[in-house]
Amino acid sequence: MSAASSRTGRSLILLAPLLLFLIGFFVWPLFSMMSQAVSDPAVLKLLPRSAEVLADWDRKSPPSAAMQTALMEDLKAVDDDQALGDMVRRLNSARSGFRTLMGKTTSALDETANPPADLVSIDKRWEKPEFWLAIADALSPYTDRNLLAAVDFGRNAAGEIEHLPPDQSVNSVILARTFWIAGLVTFFCALIGFPYAIIAASLDGWKRDLMLGAVLLPLWTSLLVRTAAWFILLQEKGLINDLLLTLGIINSPLALIFNRTGVIIAMTHVLLPFMVLPIYSVLITIPKNLMPAAASLGAPPLRAFLRVLLPLSLRGVASGGLLVFISAIGYYITPALIGGPGDQMISSIIAFYATGSANWGMAGALGMVLLVATLVLYSVYARLSSEEPGRR
Amino acid sequence: MAEFIRFERITKFYGPLCVVENLDLGIEKGEFVSLLGPSGSGKTTLLMMLAGFEQPTSGNILLDGTAINAVPTHKRDMGVVFQSYALFPHMSVGENIAFPLQMRGIGKAEVDERVKRALGMVQLSALVDRRPSQLSGGQQQRVALARALVFEPRVVLMDEPLGALDKNLREQMQLDIRDLHRRLGLTIVFVTHDQSEALTMSDRVAVFNKGRIEQIGTPRQVYDEPATRFVAEFIGETNLVEGVVEAVQGQEATVRLPSGAQIVSAVSGTVARGQSVFLSIRPERVDLSEARGEARNVLETEVTDSVYQGDHLRVQLQNATHPLIAKLGRRSREFPPGTKVFAAFSAGDCRVIAP
Amino acid sequence: MKTILKSGVLAAAAIVLSASIVAPAFARDLTVVSWGGNYQDAQRNIYFKPFSEKLGKPVLDEAWDGGIGVIQSKVKAGAPNWDAVQVEAEELALGCADGLYEKIDWDKMGGKDKFLDSAVNDCGVGAIVWSTAIAYDGDKLKEGPTSWADFWNVEKFPGKRSLRKGPKYTLEFALLADGVSKDELYDVLGTEEGVARAFKKLDELKSNIVWWESGAQPLQFLASGEVAMTSAYNGRITGINRSEGKHFKVVFPGSIYAVDSWVVLKDAENKDAAQDFIAFASQPENQAKLPEFVAYGLPNKDAAAKVPAEFAKDLPTDPANMTDSIPLNVDFWIDNAETLTARFNAWLAQ
Repeated sequence: MSAASSRTGRSLILLAPLLLFLIGFFVWPLFSMMSQAVSDPAVLKLLPRSAEVLADWDRKSPPSAAMQTALMEDLKAVDDDQALGDMVRRLNSARSGFRTLMGKTTSALDETANPPADLVSIDKRWEKPEFWLAIADALSPYTDRNLLAAVDFGRNAAGEIEHLPPDQSVNSVILARTFWIAGLVTFFCALIGFPYAIIAASLDGWKRDLMLGAVLLPLWTSLLVRTAAWFILLQEKGLINDLLLTLGIINSPLALIFNRTGVIIAMTHVLLPFMVLPIYSVLITIPKNLMPAAASLGAPPLRAFLRVLLPLSLRGVASGGLLVFISAIGYYITPALIGGPGDQMISSIIAFYATGSANWGMAGALGMVLLVATLVLYSVYARLSSEEPGRR
Repeated sequence: MAEFIRFERITKFYGPLCVVENLDLGIEKGEFVSLLGPSGSGKTTLLMMLAGFEQPTSGNILLDGTAINAVPTHKRDMGVVFQSYALFPHMSVGENIAFPLQMRGIGKAEVDERVKRALGMVQLSALVDRRPSQLSGGQQQRVALARALVFEPRVVLMDEPLGALDKNLREQMQLDIRDLHRRLGLTIVFVTHDQSEALTMSDRVAVFNKGRIEQIGTPRQVYDEPATRFVAEFIGETNLVEGVVEAVQGQEATVRLPSGAQIVSAVSGTVARGQSVFLSIRPERVDLSEARGEARNVLETEVTDSVYQGDHLRVQLQNATHPLIAKLGRRSREFPPGTKVFAAFSAGDCRVIAP
Repeated sequence: MKTILKSGVLAAAAIVLSASIVAPAFARDLTVVSWGGNYQDAQRNIYFKPFSEKLGKPVLDEAWDGGIGVIQSKVKAGAPNWDAVQVEAEELALGCADGLYEKIDWDKMGGKDKFLDSAVNDCGVGAIVWSTAIAYDGDKLKEGPTSWADFWNVEKFPGKRSLRKGPKYTLEFALLADGVSKDELYDVLGTEEGVARAFKKLDELKSNIVWWESGAQPLQFLASGEVAMTSAYNGRITGINRSEGKHFKVVFPGSIYAVDSWVVLKDAENKDAAQDFIAFASQPENQAKLPEFVAYGLPNKDAAAKVPAEFAKDLPTDPANMTDSIPLNVDFWIDNAETLTARFNAWLAQ
């Protein structure tokens, strides 16, 4: 055994805690989230007989006796309440009403004294092909319905992909808004953070510490507290409006809260450190004499900045922007508390599916959309930063 | 010839700290002037003020007769070469050199032409598309030089430009820069703490100490005729011997050493009879022989140590009251320790310096 | 080298294993979960602490914000770290159907007949009856709104309104404002036309609505004058009136009431103690103390009878308050919550 491979072995052992951690708390949850989005075993698992019978159904006509019998057999055989719950949730998500229908049906089937002849006699709704269609469409172990729904598409009765009507699903609108808000926040963070970082990097001693401390301070406060603080500042009778009114700058209160303005202000504040710190860390590596050199070569301050400092610090701006943008698209509390109805971001939709309705498939699918967007952004960033000159 | 650059009573404070004090200096067109001194002596600050990176606390800087205190750096038209090169890392060599031309709104064709010429001048034509990080230190400094010269500045300022290079490369670059200076008729202000570099390259050397100029003159003047003890010690190696002036005759003085020996020496400035002074005697001007000889100044000494240093033989001597060092040509004979010898030197080879 | 690797893997495995073996060795104390805030403070005083003394062991209490997904993930992961949880009616129905809860031992509770019908369930025991109602600041509005139609009338009552962000309650209130009677409310809402009608009515008010998400927000909005009136939980309104001397008014006609229940999570470590706790919290003499702190109605009939008149008048269960209020239709919402939430979000985004 060579020395090199034993070194590799030792370093593997040293890395083991990290790898275990990554697998346990990163790779596995991510993987299970993604598999939740596409796997769809809940119905097929419990309804094997129905699955066979439904394969021959024309998807239009009322249910045949065979179909009803098979479903009743299947339901009688179920002894796992939680699995039944999963199935009902899945079906209700495709077709509202399954909850009560199934509840009624299963309790009727439990009545051994007076067994029902068929399903229709339990509830008239079983006559409708829609409910059977929902079952028939849920019998594949994998599904694309969550992923399609995440971007406002669905399958029609014929199984073709079509756009969902705009009053039923606006995920793409909310996604676009999420990216737009995140983009605006990134822009304003850069607008404020870049000069801030330049000033901080040009100072030294306590002044620099003070400036960095001021930008780090928000990181040491809880997000909720910071958001609440903005609420106090921005509200109609809050500090900012009071001050501006007292100073006579405005005559009526500005609408700063429950709208886009408030969300952008609060999120920019909360995320500013993620912009300032990467820019700052790049700036302090830029030799101090480049700007004097540019001036001595005849460059006026603005042109010197555009030709020298800006291109050299773009890497910091890009990584700061990436950090801010990626954090911003996942924001939840701030838009919920400070924003208006038109500022709801995709996270609150994900939260509803995850905790409110336990539809983890949909939550996973929306999460995947975010993940893909993030990865695309990251690859753009990686491409840009590898082309970024100045570093070997 | 009128002075091209004039520093008038320049004073510069950093907070309470005075780094340049009431300094006057004139530089002529086409002249190569070195500002030489230890670190913290104010030489770099003076250069920074000339470049416009710093403002004097008081006093005026004149360029060609006009005060330029209020002129921002980018309008001063001075090429600056930094010790750490200050090349723009995100631009290629060619782009770096083209930068000052583009800033001046020069057309692309002419820019290309002049970049090509400047690269040829520093013998780097093949590297036009490289990034600075792909070049060696010497190559980077040549690019910096080309960049500072390509726009034909009125003055070229160099701040320890060779400090980061190793010895051989440094010496090559010294000659290259001197050659460029002569060929192009540049006015160069060159900051260095390396006295041999200053002597090698300059028309004149200004020796700085504690914010003042101790002496300014040709390399020969500052070396052979140090005006102050600081200059004598800072430039080259010297023997400093205390004594008292016995008599002054024109440009010469007779000095009595504590050992009783009398030395006749050239004088820098003015001294008076009875004054305590230093004698500066350059080691390489000292001759040793076992016979007293005919020289005007002779000291009786004993060899304490003798070291062969390749290009010279370094002999340490002890007089009755003070040590003395002599550097002898490599053809000189050996002087084993303990040998009694006479150290001789002419009146022109030593210097009386008022303390 | 193989042995080094193997030992490393073994060591790592050992750490993981021992962690999982050691953890359950510390028995967890009974953990009760409720809605937090001053409500939970009151519960701590009258239920948790006395029960802990009776039990001779600590009782831990935690707060949560609801969501069947939270319960589901805890139970599905096995060995949930909560025992008794107070849930809303939908969570009770969904979780019970999905087998997330233990069955209630009604003998322990004193028999089903002691409770209101709506408080009796296989999986849960009613804890409180609470209302979502119009609230306004009596100091600012001398003549306040009396119905949802008034709530929609921004000419008569200028100012912003606040509603809970979500379709539940909001759609009902919109239909009530549009003149639907309380008896046919859910029949109308059960049709596509009814839903469209509700959203159409909401369109009228949309630009004036500030949406709230947590129960404390509407109080803030009222107190700061941000809105003129809001929907709110009745207990919170009475609570802030008592604690901060406000004069916020609750409009019970047209309010919607629901029952919150205690449940025991399936296979919870302290499931028996949890049932005992629920029995303790359901005893009339204990439950009767609650209205003094929070104005929620009591599902135990004997307890309701013991409440002093000064507190009883604020309760949703007070006959005067009950007359024109509407019970939440849980079945409707468990069927339609997901679809209508998606639709509500779509409407919100337009």
